Amino acid sequence: MSKHVLIADDEPNIVISLEFLMKREGHRVSVARDGDAALDVIRREKPDLVLLDVMMPGKSGFEVCQAVRGDNALAGVKILMLSAKGRDTDLAKGSALGADAYMTKPFSTRELADKVRELLGPA
Amino acid sequence: MLSAPLVLAASFAYLLLLFGVAHFADGRARAGRSVIGNAWIYTLSMGVYCTAWTYFGSVGRAASSGLWFLPIYLGPTLAMLLAWPVLRKMIRIARQYRITSIADFISSRYGKSRALAALVTLIALVGILPYVALQLKAIASGYALLTNGPGASPASGPWWRDSTLYIALALAGFTIAFGTRHLDTSERHEGMVAAIALESVVKLLAFVAVGVFVCWGLFDSPAEIFKQAAARAELKPLMGLGGVGGESKFAGGQWFALTLLAMLSVILLPRQFQVMVVENVDERHVKRASWAFPLYLLLINLFVLPIALGGLLHFGPAGANPETFVLSLPLAQGLPALALVAFIGGLSAATGMIIVETIAVSTMVSNDLVMPLLLRGRRSDDARDFSATPLAVRRVVIVALLLLGYLYFRIAGEAYALVSIGLISFAAVAQFAPALLGGMFWKGGTRAGALAGLGAGFALWVYTLMLPSIAKSGWLSTQFISDGLFGIALLRPEQLLGLSGLDSLTHALLWSLLANAGLYIAVSLARAPTANEAGQALLFVDVFERSGTGTATAPVFWRGRASVAGLQQLAARFLGPEAAQRLFADVARQRGVEQIERIAADAQLVQHVETQLAGAIGSASAHAVVAAVVDEEPLAPADILRMLDEASQVRAQNRQLESLDKLKDDFMSSVTHELRTPLTSIRAFAELMRDDPAMDSEQRQQFVALIVAEAERLSRLVNQVLDMAKIESGRGDWRNEAIDLRELIAHALQTTREAFRERGAEVTVEQSDAVPLLHADRDRLLQVLLNLLSNAAKFVPPGRGRVVVALTTDARAATIEVRDNGPGIAPEQQEQVFEKFRQGGDAANRPQGTGLGLPISRQIVEHFGGRMWLKSVPGQGACFGFDLPWHHQETSQ
Repeated sequence: MSKHVLIADDEPNIVISLEFLMKREGHRVSVARDGDAALDVIRREKPDLVLLDVMMPGKSGFEVCQAVRGDNALAGVKILMLSAKGRDTDLAKGSALGADAYMTKPFSTRELADKVRELLGPA
Repeated sequence: MLSAPLVLAASFAYLLLLFGVAHFADGRARAGRSVIGNAWIYTLSMGVYCTAWTYFGSVGRAASSGLWFLPIYLGPTLAMLLAWPVLRKMIRIARQYRITSIADFISSRYGKSRALAALVTLIALVGILPYVALQLKAIASGYALLTNGPGASPASGPWWRDSTLYIALALAGFTIAFGTRHLDTSERHEGMVAAIALESVVKLLAFVAVGVFVCWGLFDSPAEIFKQAAARAELKPLMGLGGVGGESKFAGGQWFALTLLAMLSVILLPRQFQVMVVENVDERHVKRASWAFPLYLLLINLFVLPIALGGLLHFGPAGANPETFVLSLPLAQGLPALALVAFIGGLSAATGMIIVETIAVSTMVSNDLVMPLLLRGRRSDDARDFSATPLAVRRVVIVALLLLGYLYFRIAGEAYALVSIGLISFAAVAQFAPALLGGMFWKGGTRAGALAGLGAGFALWVYTLMLPSIAKSGWLSTQFISDGLFGIALLRPEQLLGLSGLDSLTHALLWSLLANAGLYIAVSLARAPTANEAGQALLFVDVFERSGTGTATAPVFWRGRASVAGLQQLAARFLGPEAAQRLFADVARQRGVEQIERIAADAQLVQHVETQLAGAIGSASAHAVVAAVVDEEPLAPADILRMLDEASQVRAQNRQLESLDKLKDDFMSSVTHELRTPLTSIRAFAELMRDDPAMDSEQRQQFVALIVAEAERLSRLVNQVLDMAKIESGRGDWRNEAIDLRELIAHALQTTREAFRERGAEVTVEQSDAVPLLHADRDRLLQVLLNLLSNAAKFVPPGRGRVVVALTTDARAATIEVRDNGPGIAPEQQEQVFEKFRQGGDAANRPQGTGLGLPISRQIVEHFGGRMWLKSVPGQGACFGFDLPWHHQETSQ
């Protein structure tokens, strides 16, 4: 069953690679280049999963995550945070804000694909 | 009347309660959950100022001279409201240098002088003994009144049947149990403070209870008492501000003297110094105490006059002793329970004072009188263990003090009213004021000045106040009072040099403080401070400037040779082998060395050991014993200034290093992020191709191209980070050569021609025909120009880009501007573009920059004394420019 995945990242080449990976997994993909756009798409389309970069212009990934978790209507949206900082404090902050998973960049595409499958459940 | 066993049982039950509270607080302190760590407990512990003297004596004084009891409480109120910053400074100094007593404080300020410490201790001891006796007398007469009725003599019968003796011994036991637990007296006595705070509550409540009973039980209202008193001719003057003689005019001089005396006493009495300075947990508590303690004083004084007047009205002028009104009024009304409560209140006032005062004075006597005697004449290689000695000495001194106080009470207790004894004590400790306060705010004070001032003040106190009071008690002939010593009229102790018209206290205070302060200043000024004195003066007067970052960076005024083994052996002798081992192990850990033997025996270490010893045996003794095991070189005052300079330089360097560290952390965190971003793409594309061998070649080609682009970005980034690090650390190689700026611009345009052509942009140059040569690093300037040009090439609209390079000159500098017709930069982003890792442009079409180009360019321009700027109106393009002066001084960056 095809799922809807939103890729929220401001690095064009990372978006290209993630988009390719998600499509290969058989998902429908949307792209947002900053935090505000990401939040718009999430509210409008309620994707099944968001691959959310932490360091984005406008709203940061943390702020987006917080806004999503504060909205009951969006309870079904899974969030996988991606960060190039990868410090323990960031990881803790991500889980505290309600992210379902957290991966540091650079990531292994296989691990990312596994994690996405796990989050989206038995398809 | 009450039965003696009942009163005794209640008294000992009360002492047991105190014991329990103190035990509980000590237990909590050991468990790390202190109960005394708040401003209210601190304020209540200051209530130890109100002794039996307040509790019984104020009423007595009010009954004989009206409002004259007030200055004793106005003084502390003024002191706390106005002078709390002084108190805070004392606390900071005491904490910083592990000061354990007021003798320690004064001697430490003047070069850790043993003589000074001994003199201060002696003054405190002589001044305080009568005060202790007074507390015992108050307990004894209260007890006698409760059990035998009015008129009973407190100290009748043989001494072994005197319950006062047993109360004194019980108090000695209590004080030993809670005052001499730790060797280190700069550690707090938490149990004692908790017990004292409780005592302050008990005595306040008991006194207020009696006051309420007198005002509303015995009479209808306080107004009624005043109305009835006003109707009696002999009581009317008590409600005015007249002198002691009953004259109706306001005696301003006397009021001033008494208020000043009380103001000084509230910080100079050994017990006040103990609770306010040594036992203080947190400097910030002073703030609340500055109004809460005056409030406490107000509450406990509220009913003094009503009780005094009520008692006089009730018993008549020749009735009961006014000093026991608090007890006799409830008794006369058939309220023994209230009388017992009032007695317990008085007991708490007396015991609080005795406990704290004996702890404070025993520390001083042990550290500054007894230990120096024990240590005298010992060779430095004497390895005897002294670690148990200070505690044992302190315990013996406590018992001795209470027994001496008891003796004084038995011998002289009957002769003097409570109030007079208290004031004599106050006048004695007031002698500390010039040396102590002067030492905190004036760097010029010297040991000789302090000794001269204190000595003269004390001698005059003895001659003008102490001896006359003894003579008046009948133990000396009073002839020298009326005729003067050797019959010389000018030497009459209460009219010294013919000064008359003052009461004896004001007279004594005036002479003693005048001589004290005068000699302190004159003798100090006569000779410049020695290096030792000057060093301590700096540490005390400038304590707030020197203590911010802990003792590690405080200046140490010491030079010489020492051995770690010698110091450790010394510490073991006075602190015990285990504590000494811990002390040195801590130092080793702090300094990051593995073995104690490898610690450098430098001035810091000597200072540290001395400070630790000071907590156990006082600064003066600690200084003396340390001096015996090290090889100290004498310092000159100039050395002190140099060491001070070095210390502040070290501090400044530390601060600089800290901020550099932080900058470096921020930079590293940004660099890490910037490096991971291209790595992420490279890895992702490579893995996608690895996992998908069947990927079509067009897709594969795109991914490979992206990997190459990201790898290029990565190497650019690495180069620029290195570049930046080199420039910022000041290790960049800068050449200085003559540059033709026209040729430089041509070179830059040649290099970027292809980029502009691809973008379809047109570049024009505006410059004059001849431009002088500029001296700078040609490659670096080319780097700046290329950076500006390539930025312009990225941002101009494809196909219709217009870029202008303009070179202008004036007498001062050459200016180059690069203008484009791109989207421009919003005003709020204009300063950010020069910050590291802040890139212009929106996310969607941001060019593959590193975020370091402009910051590096600006650094280069600034290196040659120029400035770089950006002018831009959004929608109308951007103009980056910089100027370079023809002549400049190399920045030392």
